[in-house]
Amino acid sequence: MDTFLMFVKAFLVGGTICLLGQIIINYTHLTNGKILVIFLVLGAILQGFGLYEKLIEFAGAGASVPISGFGCALVKGAVKAAKEEGFWGVLKGGLAACSLGITVAIVSGYAVSVIFKPKTKDK
Amino acid sequence: MEKITKQNYKSYVFDKMPKSSHWKNMFWAFVVGGVICTIGQGLIEFYKIWFEVEDASSLASATLVFLAAVATGFGVYDKIGRFAGAGSTIPITGFSNAVVSPALEFKTEGYIYGVGAKMFLIAGPVIVNGVTISVIVACILLVLGVI
Repeated sequence: MDTFLMFVKAFLVGGTICLLGQIIINYTHLTNGKILVIFLVLGAILQGFGLYEKLIEFAGAGASVPISGFGCALVKGAVKAAKEEGFWGVLKGGLAACSLGITVAIVSGYAVSVIFKPKTKDK
Repeated sequence: MEKITKQNYKSYVFDKMPKSSHWKNMFWAFVVGGVICTIGQGLIEFYKIWFEVEDASSLASATLVFLAAVATGFGVYDKIGRFAGAGSTIPITGFSNAVVSPALEFKTEGYIYGVGAKMFLIAGPVIVNGVTISVIVACILLVLGVI
């Protein structure tokens, strides 16, 4: 039952975050890159106040899968390493915490571009 | 006809753009975004069999990144993106799509300056801003003595 509830919360929270993004796009016509950066920075700032990890505890993937979860993970990693090593940790911890996702994105991106042919974009 | 200037060109373009209903956009963004996050939750539950919650969470995100990369290769992800808008952009799968899509598109310019450079067209700004903001936030917390 608890597991089922987590699925529902993941759907609702994740959907709501994307809905907010869509509302911003509808009214400002911002490009995808800018939207990604805005949500990333929002996630990072919220985590600065320790808020975003609470949302992840509540909604699981609903909060960690949107790009704001990536921003949160960067700050969380930097803060965690800073607790152990001080200032050096601030510089090392962020990317270290996100290394898995970034490396998978780069390697699979490379592999896909070797294997697949570019699609012609049909209108 | 009214003379086209830089200022009124933008509003001219907006007028000519096909009108897609805001409500329809928002509905699909909510549903597709929600579904992607639900799949992520399923992956977390799966990885939790062997790993701690936090590791399971990053493994789930990495799996989504991989799946979205393959879906981009088949041209499926861009089809979803056409009606899902932010629902396909904001989840981590949208980041993956932003890495793979230009990499594939610029394959013709070679693997070094084509794939290697264009891969970071959107991922670059995301990583640069993300790393910078995380260092700033952590530094502020460190100076305030919170950590």
